[in-house]
Amino acid sequence: MGNHSDGSPNHSGTVATAGQNEVEKFQDPGIPPHRLRLADTDPKAAKRAERQVAVLFGASVVGTLIFLVAYFAIDLGEGTSIATIRLQNALLGVGTAFAMLGIGTGIVHWAKALMPDHEVSEERHPIRTEEDRLAAVRIVDDIVEETGIKRRPLIRNTLLGAMALAPLPAIAVFGDLGPRPDRALSHTMWAPQEGKLKRLTRDPDGTPIKASDVTIGSAFHVIPEGLNELHEGKLNEKAKAVVLLMRLDPASLNPSEGREDWSYNGIVAYSKICTHVGCPVALYEQQTHHLLCPCHQSTFDLTNECKVIFGPASRPLPQLPIAVDAEGYLVATSDFNEPVGPSYWERDEHERSIKS
Amino acid sequence: MSAASRAEAPAFVAKTKAGRITDFVDARVGGSGMLREFGRKVFPDHWSFMFGEVALYSFVILLLSGTFLTFFFDPSMAETRYDGSYLPLKNVEMSVAYSSSLDISFDVRGGLFMRQVHHWAALLFVASIGVHMLRVFFTGAFRKPREMNWVVGSVLLILAMAAGFTGYSLPDDLLSGNGLRIIDGVIKAIPVVGTYISFFLFGGEFPGTAVIGRLYMLHILLVPALILLMIVLHLFMVVVHKHTQYPGPGRNDGNVVGYPLGPVYAAKAGGFFFIVFGVIALMAAFFTINPIWNYGPYDPSPVSAGTQPDWYIGFVDGALRLMPGVIGDFHFEYVIFGYTLTLNVLLPALVPAGILFTVMFMYPWIESWITKDTREHHVLDRPRNAPTRTAIGVAGFVWYCVMWAAAGSDLIATHFHVSLNDVTYWLRALFFIGPVIAFVVAKRVALALQRKDREIALHGRETGRIVRLPHGEFIEVHAPLDEYKRYKLVGFESPSPLPAVPNDHGIVTRKEKQRAFLSKWFFEDRVAPATPAELEAGHGHHAPAVEAGEESKSLSH
Amino acid sequence: MKALSQKRRHPLAVIALLLMGLLITGGLYAVATTVNQAKASTTSFSANDTAEGEKLFAANCATCHGMGASGSQDGPSLVGVGAAAVDFQVGTGRMPMQMNGPQAYKKPAQFNDDQTHQLSAYVASLGAGPAIPEEHLLDEQGDAAKGGELFRVNCAMCHNAAAAGGALTRGKFAPALADVSGKHIYEAMVSGPQNMPVFNDANVTPEGKRDIVTFLKQIEANGSPGGADLGALGPVAEGLFVWVAGLGVIIAFTIWLTSRTS
Repeated sequence: MGNHSDGSPNHSGTVATAGQNEVEKFQDPGIPPHRLRLADTDPKAAKRAERQVAVLFGASVVGTLIFLVAYFAIDLGEGTSIATIRLQNALLGVGTAFAMLGIGTGIVHWAKALMPDHEVSEERHPIRTEEDRLAAVRIVDDIVEETGIKRRPLIRNTLLGAMALAPLPAIAVFGDLGPRPDRALSHTMWAPQEGKLKRLTRDPDGTPIKASDVTIGSAFHVIPEGLNELHEGKLNEKAKAVVLLMRLDPASLNPSEGREDWSYNGIVAYSKICTHVGCPVALYEQQTHHLLCPCHQSTFDLTNECKVIFGPASRPLPQLPIAVDAEGYLVATSDFNEPVGPSYWERDEHERSIKS
Repeated sequence: MSAASRAEAPAFVAKTKAGRITDFVDARVGGSGMLREFGRKVFPDHWSFMFGEVALYSFVILLLSGTFLTFFFDPSMAETRYDGSYLPLKNVEMSVAYSSSLDISFDVRGGLFMRQVHHWAALLFVASIGVHMLRVFFTGAFRKPREMNWVVGSVLLILAMAAGFTGYSLPDDLLSGNGLRIIDGVIKAIPVVGTYISFFLFGGEFPGTAVIGRLYMLHILLVPALILLMIVLHLFMVVVHKHTQYPGPGRNDGNVVGYPLGPVYAAKAGGFFFIVFGVIALMAAFFTINPIWNYGPYDPSPVSAGTQPDWYIGFVDGALRLMPGVIGDFHFEYVIFGYTLTLNVLLPALVPAGILFTVMFMYPWIESWITKDTREHHVLDRPRNAPTRTAIGVAGFVWYCVMWAAAGSDLIATHFHVSLNDVTYWLRALFFIGPVIAFVVAKRVALALQRKDREIALHGRETGRIVRLPHGEFIEVHAPLDEYKRYKLVGFESPSPLPAVPNDHGIVTRKEKQRAFLSKWFFEDRVAPATPAELEAGHGHHAPAVEAGEESKSLSH
Repeated sequence: MKALSQKRRHPLAVIALLLMGLLITGGLYAVATTVNQAKASTTSFSANDTAEGEKLFAANCATCHGMGASGSQDGPSLVGVGAAAVDFQVGTGRMPMQMNGPQAYKKPAQFNDDQTHQLSAYVASLGAGPAIPEEHLLDEQGDAAKGGELFRVNCAMCHNAAAAGGALTRGKFAPALADVSGKHIYEAMVSGPQNMPVFNDANVTPEGKRDIVTFLKQIEANGSPGGADLGALGPVAEGLFVWVAGLGVIIAFTIWLTSRTS
């Protein structure tokens, strides 16, 4: 066991920390003798080093001046070109770099070339002496004794109880950080309002989309009608309601039972929010009919109701059932049939209540 | 009594004005005592000891540039229309936070420079902490008495990551917004309380209007305060322990060899602050970082290809990418007692980072339990002289790097013209076998380097001078080492495995057996340092004979 | 593979020679008129263009796309793809395709502008499809901010917010858009080459496309205000830079700092 790749001639220590016998070891020869530098022996070299340090400090002064000139000579504002901003940024940076590197390299060069470079040895002292430890123990014992906490358990126990409960208000005050989730995550803006079906509109300008606009191979980024008119919580609604609209050859779609009428002439609408952790899945490959999430590469197969075919997502993208209204515009016939976006603990409960 | 002592007080009167001021302060704070204690304190000098300073100085630069940025940044998520001077975003609807970040970049003189200094310094801050920790790990500097300081340092790493992440999110651009959305998705995957935590963090549904302001408070107040506190603790312990030193002639666990603080070390360390600042300024001058104007305002609908976190969060993002959501017909998301459990998010978000940080925090105790080494160590190990520890470190680092690379899988695919899916498959395989290969290779390399050291210590270094002997043989002349150089190669401990020891009741417990097994694993493969006897033996023969002897010895194993 | 491609090049050389002959001897008038027409409106083709295009097509494209562009196993039908698709695919060198693969690569164009024009004319004559955009849509004088918004919603997820390109599935990718002419960008939007979706005029209006081209050309001309843009690839490039260059320079300084002066 011990001689596995072991180069030592004999096996001395049975205790790992014992190491080799002292006689077998090389003796520590001590700190190597000090070697003189050029500047220590040659006054000319010392003078040269002195000048070099001064030049470096001078370079720092130049850097400071460059910074000040670049700051005051170039003004920003309306109509400043990007090239001007780039120039100012570069000059401010070069000025700072010179100013800093000049001082830094100057000081270090000074220290290296001219200050004494004798290595010295300092004794380490024990971090704690036994004497200190005993004294500390005595003090602590005295303190505990004087408080009498050991003799009076009633005081100790009530104090512990009080201390355990005291932080509770500090936790409780954070109760208003946010509202309770309730069912906010289970519905989106697509739900028909007062019997009126929501039209699919273009992101970002909110104009409605005719079915005839969507040619094969197209991908429309869609928001619900009325989203842009919201004053409060527009982004919250948008974060759940964004949809990708695509048109395929109807023959290539394979809708499952009950979902045959969710598409219109090969036009399908799917939630853009990834079921993994919520990035917008917006990369549509019009020939392979794959949807790819750019954040973690989950890939969904559009011809198979957006089943996951690669990557970390586990659940298909929710489909938005669509139809065409009397004027030929695309509308959502209902809200999503399940909560959109990443999964959460209560998700299944919400899905069941939506479906029932 | 008091009157007497007043009369006896030595009548020191400073001659210059500066001297009088110094004396005034000194007499009231006791500066002389401190200077006496620290003024000539010795610090060992080695380039690898400087990374902690890089981190400290980056932090100072972060405080300076960050303070400037707070004067102009407004963390409000209220909607506004951009009215600054960057034309491609003119009149675009955005949050006040994003608009003020753009103003810092385009309408405040030096604002762009400060932003870039701040962000480059942040990346360097975390990177230098990482390199510093690698140095401490591979040289064994975490051993007694420095275990607690290792823990403080690990906490600092986590705090630095927290500081970075909260800052990354502030400009409210498309990139950081999608980053927050991913965080929201991960939080929602937490069983039972996830949805509540998400609603509490965002003040309601994502994205809400509260989160930037909250992150801002954490970023400029709480996290930096905690970092400062930890830095104070960290440096306090450095003073208590004194610095470690590399092995070498004249260096042992009872002393510290180096340069005195004043003047040499103070000058070098002080000058180094300016150097670090200068390097960061150069990066900020010529290299764009976080071009928020490219990304546009946050909007939940768009996303940019190549949406990644800053490098230090990359390994978690990479783990998220590597995890398959479905294997065959098995879905990692399933319903349990009517509730949804999202293992395809939870496992990669928590497990690799959990393992890395747990092992990191526990490592000093794990190693000392295996080796039963409870002595104080002030002389470092050269990484090659602790092959198993080095191999463990390299394996962990490779594991981290696989996840890290996975965060850039899309860029690997486009830049090397390979399939994105193939990159993911390969990295999934490397996630499991990469650390194993790394462990074996690193250990063999360390042992090989030890053998080389032995060889050089015994036979001297190769001079490259070929000599033809009178009888026609060619040999290369080896120059013997001086004793100082040789001591550097031989002056280390090479512990052998520690077999299981019975406890007080004479029983070898199962735990003790496991420890003995690990000890064997830890120390079994070893190359002992050369001894004077071997050197003696080597000098008695011709070099080739010794070579042959070596050969047969290693063959016999 | 190489031999095959060389064989394919042979007929091209013959056609090119023939064309040269035509140009020099009898076709000067016709060429002059097409050039003028092209300047006035890029979408009009003469009967001569169509005829020449048909010859070029038969010699260079029909192997895969079939006689009469009706498609084959190796290539899709081109009936109804329109002139824009041809001008884009041939004008950027993607077609003729070098070899079968996940995606056709951009390469130096194999046909000159006139030949590309003639091929477009021929394919356009086969069935109605998106036309080559008119000059005024490519004047880069649109609303860059509006274009930026459209770009982020419709394009950035594949092409990256700074148009630096990005990965798609199984070896496909969305290319970077720097150095791509406004005309080709426009044509790609209306024709949806390869796996790119089609953005017809009902989806993004011609004005909107003009804005997008304006935006792209403006950010390309501007460059990055902060200095070198590191490929505009985001945090990965920045992280790599700080580890390699940033820490590299710092380590060089630490070694100098702790070394002994001679």
